[in-house]
Amino acid sequence: MDIVIRITFVILSIAMVLTFLRLAKGPTLPDRVVALELLASLTVGFIAVHTIFTGEPHFIDVAVVLALTAFLAAIGFARYLERGGKRDD
Amino acid sequence: MTEFLTGFLLISGALLMLIAALGAVRMPDLPTRMHATTKAGALGGGLMVLAVAVYFAEAAVTARALAVVVFIILTAPVAAHIIGRAGYFVGVPLWEGTIRDDLKDRYDPDSHILHSRDRDTGKDE
Repeated sequence: MDIVIRITFVILSIAMVLTFLRLAKGPTLPDRVVALELLASLTVGFIAVHTIFTGEPHFIDVAVVLALTAFLAAIGFARYLERGGKRDD
Repeated sequence: MTEFLTGFLLISGALLMLIAALGAVRMPDLPTRMHATTKAGALGGGLMVLAVAVYFAEAAVTARALAVVVFIILTAPVAAHIIGRAGYFVGVPLWEGTIRDDLKDRYDPDSHILHSRDRDTGKDE
């Protein structure tokens, strides 16, 4: 079990680095919002693995809250984009 | 058995997340990137949270894990739709290999109005 958890951590870390590449590169603001949203789901996955790693089931509450706030952030960003009109990022 | 199922769910979820991240890096424009990140990302996250439910096998943990899964499944399409919509309206360029854009010439960025097309005459209404 321990080795499986470690492999999962490594895979998720690689995925996170790749997502950071897209977040840094852009090129437009919606691209960065998509990368941020993927980063939030990656963090939910990280919390799930950490819950199993520590054997402390209360950590799953953090995943609930994070999934909620990530969705609200996406809605907020989309509203901001639509109201803002054309711009140069 | 429980250990095997937990490990399987964790590894498959993590690999789906990796596919989503690869898609975000390699895909050429916003809608194709969202196609990769939304579907693979939501399924991967759901599988990993499900692994927590299988591992602990307690009613309280399972209920919370299922709540996360249901929430991810409900919100991922809504968030993707609303970001894709905003991206199109803002004028994010599509990939040069795009062969069909149904909304082209029907959206007016100044008035924020989307026109439909008359099916018989082919004219804009």
